[in-house]
Amino acid sequence: MTVTVETPPATTRNIGNAQNMVLNMGPQHPSTHGVLRVILELDGEIVLKAEPVIGYLHTGIEKSAESKTYSQVITLTDRIDYLAPLSNNLGYCLAVEKLLDLEVPKRAQYIRVLLTELTRIGSHLVWLGTHAIDLGAMSVFLYCFREREEILKIFEYLSGQRMMTSYFRVGGLALEPPPDWLERVRRFIDAFPAHIDEYEDLLTQNRIWMGRTQGVGILSAADAIAMGCSGPLLRGSGVAYDVRKAFPYSSYDEFDFNVQTHTAGDCYARYVVRVAEMRESLKIVRQAMDKVPPTGPFRAEMPGIIPPAREEMKTSIEGLIYHFKIFTEGFAPPPGEVYQVIESPRGELGFFVASDGSAKPLRVKVRAPSFVNLQSLPKLCEGRLIADVVACIGTTDIVLGEVDR
Amino acid sequence: MEPQEPDKNPVVQQLRGWNGAAVAGVVEFRGETTVIVPREYLRAACEYLATEPSLRFSFLSDITPVDRFPIEPRFEVNYHLLSIDRRARIRLRVKISGKDAVLPSVTAVWPTANWHERESFDLFGIRFEGHPNLKRILMPEEWEGYPLRRDYPTEGPR
Repeated sequence: MTVTVETPPATTRNIGNAQNMVLNMGPQHPSTHGVLRVILELDGEIVLKAEPVIGYLHTGIEKSAESKTYSQVITLTDRIDYLAPLSNNLGYCLAVEKLLDLEVPKRAQYIRVLLTELTRIGSHLVWLGTHAIDLGAMSVFLYCFREREEILKIFEYLSGQRMMTSYFRVGGLALEPPPDWLERVRRFIDAFPAHIDEYEDLLTQNRIWMGRTQGVGILSAADAIAMGCSGPLLRGSGVAYDVRKAFPYSSYDEFDFNVQTHTAGDCYARYVVRVAEMRESLKIVRQAMDKVPPTGPFRAEMPGIIPPAREEMKTSIEGLIYHFKIFTEGFAPPPGEVYQVIESPRGELGFFVASDGSAKPLRVKVRAPSFVNLQSLPKLCEGRLIADVVACIGTTDIVLGEVDR
Repeated sequence: MEPQEPDKNPVVQQLRGWNGAAVAGVVEFRGETTVIVPREYLRAACEYLATEPSLRFSFLSDITPVDRFPIEPRFEVNYHLLSIDRRARIRLRVKISGKDAVLPSVTAVWPTANWHERESFDLFGIRFEGHPNLKRILMPEEWEGYPLRRDYPTEGPR
């Protein structure tokens, strides 16, 4: 069943009419997922014009990065997209590793893949829970956060932190994982498929859910490309572009998974894509668990750039010197610029890092998928009911920390 | 720029064939190709790369300005282009001086450039001619100065 809404054609819409009402939605509004402000021009309940206003969470991360050493910037990247900190860590570390022309040991690469896929599941869970509660489905929210908690516990077990893990470092990982960590991951992924079924039972055939999302917020493939949309927003419009397949990084080419697409281009299509992506991520996690060798180096070796092993620092004079120099002065990559792209839960996450040959980056630019995807919000909700604006904001899956940086 | 070496990237060859003057230099670093384009050819080069059927760079991934203060020309603006069906990327770079920090807008080629150009204007003070709505996006509207310029201090009084 779909609810049809009488939408006046664009020509009869009267933007700027004195009878219209201008409504400020946000920046303090529960369904804007942070501090997004949308200026809505309304004719009755129909949205004539929507203009997102951003910047309320601008913290100058790119500016701060210029006065930190390359390793210190990693802690800033956690705070860009706080629902997927490990994806940000990975994108930045890969960019610096490219600048250094550094090969990361396979064991670290597989662990990175495993953890970023868990991050993707965790991020999609927050999206599903909040999107559902915005549209009135309370229980899904509670279930999603229950499972996300298990993922955060795994991160805490590995890194000591639930969210701002900073677990990936230039050249590999911060720490050797604890011996029985894979057991915890296995416990989670064995239980999780049943949980996805549970969410789908609640939503996929739910008439209210379908009514609120089907035919709402339609984005054509051509528009999605023109607006620079990426991630589930682009795949929900039928374009099978996924950075993990198109430009594989961190050994993604060794994993078997499918790019999920849907052709409808509405909120429901993006729901279907994201739920299917959680199942694909599970497949990747399973494969990564089989591939990860139980022992082996978790960090590359590059004297003067990658910190030496703890034991070496304590027993050899070179180790101590390198350790001291790396943590006081940092390291200086050769001059040049790189642009490294990864597939974050929200889409194409790019890190542009420019080096001038000193120990601090000349420029770190984050190509934030939320920032670019949000630009398509007027396209999604203009001509629709005001209640659909909530669905359209939810479906773009923005994180304001990443939009404003 | 380095003298005439054979181009590794066929896109550069094609761009040279279209208009030799539009390629002022090529930088190859870590497998990424950067084409340095003079400002007056930027708009036309973007249109060509986006619409030429054998290239199809229909997706503008990002616009990134870099400030090399005190070197002049201080600003380098990088355009990261992506062709989704050809699985190819290329970077265009324009160098402009601080006194004349104006570029043609590419919003007509890629509508997504709108916010990227607003961000570059907001944080670097680069103006984009032909932009439909060039105003601050991240900083408050009454803000003075351009925070990401290298001569703008991170801490303390401005």
